[in-house]
Amino acid sequence: MTKEQRLIKRHRAEKRFKFYGLFSIFLALLFVLILVNNIFSKGSSAFMKTVIKTEIFYDQELMEVENGASREDILDADFFDVTIESLLKVYPTNGLEEEKQLINLFSTDAEIEIKLNFLENNNIAGQKIILEITASDDIDQLHKGNYPRDLPEERRRISDFQLKIFDKLVDEGKIEKNFNNYYFNKGDSRDPELAGIGGALIGSFYSILICLLLSFPIAVLASIYLEEFAPKNKITDFIEININNLAAVPSIVYGLLALQILLSTLHMPRSTPLVAGITLALMTLPRIIIPCRASLKAVPPSIREGALAVGASKFQSVFHHVVPLALPGTLSGTIIGLAQALGETAPLILIGMVAFVVDIPTSPVDPSASLPVQVYLWSESAERGFVEKTSATIMILLSFLIVMNFLAVYLRQKFEKRWN
Amino acid sequence: MNKITNLVLAFLILVSFTSNSYSRDQIKIVGSSTVYPYATVVAEKFGKSGKFKTPVIESTGTGGGMKLFCAGVGANHPDITNASRAIKKKELALCAKNGVDEIIEIVVGNDGISFAHAVDAPDADFTKEQLWRALAHEVDVDGKLIKNPYTKWNEIDASLPNKKIEILIAPPTSGTRDAWNSLVMGKGCSKTAKSLYDVAGKKAKKECAKMREDGYAIEAGENDTLIVQKLTSNPNAFGFFGYSYLVANKDKVKAAAIEGVQPSLEGIQNYSYPIARPLFFYVKKAHIGVIPGIQEYLKEFTSKKAMGGRGYLADIGLVPLASDKYKVTRTAALDLNTLKIN
Repeated sequence: MTKEQRLIKRHRAEKRFKFYGLFSIFLALLFVLILVNNIFSKGSSAFMKTVIKTEIFYDQELMEVENGASREDILDADFFDVTIESLLKVYPTNGLEEEKQLINLFSTDAEIEIKLNFLENNNIAGQKIILEITASDDIDQLHKGNYPRDLPEERRRISDFQLKIFDKLVDEGKIEKNFNNYYFNKGDSRDPELAGIGGALIGSFYSILICLLLSFPIAVLASIYLEEFAPKNKITDFIEININNLAAVPSIVYGLLALQILLSTLHMPRSTPLVAGITLALMTLPRIIIPCRASLKAVPPSIREGALAVGASKFQSVFHHVVPLALPGTLSGTIIGLAQALGETAPLILIGMVAFVVDIPTSPVDPSASLPVQVYLWSESAERGFVEKTSATIMILLSFLIVMNFLAVYLRQKFEKRWN
Repeated sequence: MNKITNLVLAFLILVSFTSNSYSRDQIKIVGSSTVYPYATVVAEKFGKSGKFKTPVIESTGTGGGMKLFCAGVGANHPDITNASRAIKKKELALCAKNGVDEIIEIVVGNDGISFAHAVDAPDADFTKEQLWRALAHEVDVDGKLIKNPYTKWNEIDASLPNKKIEILIAPPTSGTRDAWNSLVMGKGCSKTAKSLYDVAGKKAKKECAKMREDGYAIEAGENDTLIVQKLTSNPNAFGFFGYSYLVANKDKVKAAAIEGVQPSLEGIQNYSYPIARPLFFYVKKAHIGVIPGIQEYLKEFTSKKAMGGRGYLADIGLVPLASDKYKVTRTAALDLNTLKIN
């Protein structure tokens, strides 16, 4: 082979390699794009809900309370008759079966919505008011185009009669899409149109807060000690290896540990953010210690020596000079560790977070769901409406993760000193 | 730094405080994932009535639920466990050993397992033995047990279609698989195979339920929604899941007949549809009066409005009890009749 031939061959090899690299990046981006597109196309409709503008007649004869009644009396009162009578006026019906089908167009919470409206405007007894009542999830899915309507009737969940009413309501402009406030301020529900991530958001918030309170101070102090004060010998080497190993332990193992120690031995309450937070803290500790130590290591020795030279003690040199300089790296490491903890599901399954929780937790010892677990629970549900809810919750979770990671990068770039 | 130490200290005090003086004003329920959708609906209605907190329901599977339920009496242990089969003697013994000796059994209703495929596939009809032959790890051919040789349906019986056998099966942990094992694999197991197992000194019940692992029975995970998706994309594939999934997805999948019977409400109720089973939940009597609301929850669950033929549970796929059985259950719930142990 001549020199020229070898040169051409080497250039070709380089070109091939570049092509492989480019191709890999392209493939990776393609997969991300498919995933994101899939989630967004399924999930974005969950942020809207279908409402039916309905005339509600607060007929004094059908009501148990009058204008100006106290809050307790109104909450205690039955609005069933007002609800049924008003809803039945939407379309003429013939027989019980048709009446039932008509009522089923509306959410099961219609009565509660009507009651709450009376509570807010405590002077409308005897009046007719146009209210936007949440539609049932079948109508919701139909209106959003997620449910096929060209099938024969026996294969549909929506009857021909219901379709006829729906079409008439659409023609009259009585069906609208509104912002889905329930999705953000309600807990879990078996009715997809009423299910929300309010409880899961609070649960995740408490878990991460407890995780932060526990893991951050311990991790920072541990890394400062190991990096600055501990003697370098076999014991500290051994500890260092183990911390690195712990960071790679699958998260489900921490779940098992928590099940044994926190639940079985210490008898802490199941399904609570308190236990979740402690479990996640155990998991996050090594993942924070490693970047903390790395950022302490990155502070040049001249800083320490300078401080010592002008008479500072070891403690002063570390806490007045080294730690502040290492802080940006420490913080971004912590944030990335917490972001991982936020998306963790496996250990939470073992400590009983896979639970149906309707009430929104008010303290870390109340039973609660968390965002990733809510995704898991809804993906298992039979009702059609939960498909979009699942994807929408993934979107919320992803956006939290993106924001946290962005914050970590920003902190590092803004405050980190470069030593050249 | 002082502030952080204070925070940590305050937190640790909180932790030790809560773990010692933990009491509950909220019902805790664990157990079967098959009963979960029904129990959650009742719990939600119960919570909305406003007098009590909404019960917390954890989906742990029947076996896991029994373990937690039988672990003891007290606020740290669940009050109710859902089950897709009756409680076993072993579990009763475990319960009794841990002081849980008064248990109320409530039959919730019936569940049919549908053996389904894509809605545009040609109709099908199987016997239990054919299904066992398609799924078992060993079958008898000419009086001998051999590794399952069938690759196509018409090799099992000439009347069946000339199509590759492809069945999506639920994982061993699920209650649906338990029920399938006892109702289809156990009953469909041929007499020859059973006697051959007996001769070989193996447990026939266990061996009959073992499924093949050569790619014709495909484990599909607990997620029934995913099974429905897979069935729609492959018209040759079959899968099994609860009747409620069939009702909710009837635009995508349809059921095959079993021994000539299509799954239907009536068929599951009187067990003329061959793969039907009752569903249960069990209540710790010792917790009634200690944890508020248990009795009221029982009342709500067993009311006509919930469990009856026109009740809201029937709307989401539960097959209601026949009226004589309903009366027994309702009385058990109102009078708090406990199970006899032994």
